[in-house]
Formats: sequence, structure tokens, C-alpha cells
Amino acid sequence: MKLRRDVFQAIADPTRRIIITMVAMQGMTPKAIAENFDSSRQTISKHIQILAECEILHQEQKGREIYYQLNPNGMKEIAEFIEPFRKMWDERFDKLEDVMKKHQSKK
Amino acid sequence: MEQKTKVNAEVGKQEILITRKFDLPLELLFKAYVEAELLQEWMGTKVIKLEAKKHGAYQFETTDKDGNVMLRSTGVIHDLIPNKSIIRTFEMENTPFPAQLEYLDFEKIDQDKSCLKMKVVYKSTAIRDEILKLPFTFGINMAHNKLESLLKN
Repeated sequence: MKLRRDVFQAIADPTRRIIITMVAMQGMTPKAIAENFDSSRQTISKHIQILAECEILHQEQKGREIYYQLNPNGMKEIAEFIEPFRKMWDERFDKLEDVMKKHQSKK
Repeated sequence: MEQKTKVNAEVGKQEILITRKFDLPLELLFKAYVEAELLQEWMGTKVIKLEAKKHGAYQFETTDKDGNVMLRSTGVIHDLIPNKSIIRTFEMENTPFPAQLEYLDFEKIDQDKSCLKMKVVYKSTAIRDEILKLPFTFGINMAHNKLESLLKN
């Protein structure tokens, strides 16, 4: 089994977060992305690779150029990470509702 | 069906928004947060201290069946406006997680319904993501342990 990278690890890095934000607005070539940073092309390319491995970005070939775009399914995976957290709160609040309904009927 | 509890955690931000609609009148919802006995019941923790007022403080303890303290959480209440809002800090003692700031806004929807909007601000985005992941990781571990015990037998 291929061990996939942790999506949270991918978005924990500030440079990668900027890349996500940029690409979210429009598809961009690796060159265009790198031009926004002082870091070397290789460094940025490594960041793009990590984001692509996590399926947060996906490639699209347009003529001779490769464009990177945000993969909405990759972001959905982040939402799935959050689901157990949401459920924990949901259950806690259900309990609150139960307790208070009983409290109300006692009066 | 619309989910009653919503969690909004934007990428790269150090906050989480938790929104919940209750089938409870506003006053009753607020009461659940300021009366120790009620809070104890729904939170499932022992309330050691609860000064539900501006410049107050609180302390909760969760114990296991033998009475050992599993988790102690504390905080100060920065501000409290009845049936409207609570601003407080929250910290889990004996954990590496730093204190977080919580804004609780209580809103009336109608006579029988209310809404709680909770904004939790963490020390950093990395810490926020760690805390978000906790129930996820815990779930994985639980599944793993279950699998392990199944395989052992």
C-alpha cells in the first residue's frame, strides 16, 4: 500500500498555503507560481509536487504548458478530516439539548 | 437534511467557527452554560469551579471510574452578558496545547429555537490543525485497537 502524504501536513506550510490561495483563483503554470516567490524554482516545484501528491492540486495540459488547478475533491478530504471533530461537537450539543429539555419539563 | 452543527475551518486560518441550532429557547440554552449542575450533566465533567460572570473563572475535571483525574480544563471568563455572549479562555492542563480564546454568541431564532455561534481562536494555524485532527486520529486509533483485539482472539 502506498502511504499517502498527510493533507494537513501539506497545508501546514505557509508557502504551500499561498500557492493554494493563488491557484484557487485561476489555473497557473509552475513558472507563474514560482515568479511570486523569492525562493528558487526547485523549492517551489517541490511544494507544488507535495500539493499534487496530496491531490490538492491537479494538472491540466493546455497546449505546451502545464497548468495547476485546485482539486475540489482534495479539499473535500480536508473536510472529511474535520467530520469526526464536527461529530464530537454535534453529539455534545445533542446532549445539551436533551439535558435542557428534561430540565424544562421538570419545572 | 441540514446539519444542526456546522464546523467551518478555513485553510491557513487559526480559528474555527462552530455553529449550532438548538430546539431550545435562548434563555434555556444560555442556562446550560452558566449553571454548574446542568453544565456538568451535558459536558460529562465535574465542575470544580464556575464563576459565571465578568472576570470570573472556571475549572472542570474529568475522572475515570477509579476517580483518577484524566483531564483538567481551566479558563477565565473575560466577559459574560446573560443570554447574549460569553468570552472566555480554555486550556487543557497537562497537554502540550496552549490556551485558546473562545467567543460564544447566543442568538434567539424564535420562541422555541436558538443558535450558538462559537469562534475559537488558537495560538497558531498548526495548533488549530492539530486540535481539529484529534478526534480523527482518535477514531483511527480506536479502529486500530479494535482490529488488533479482533486479530488477537
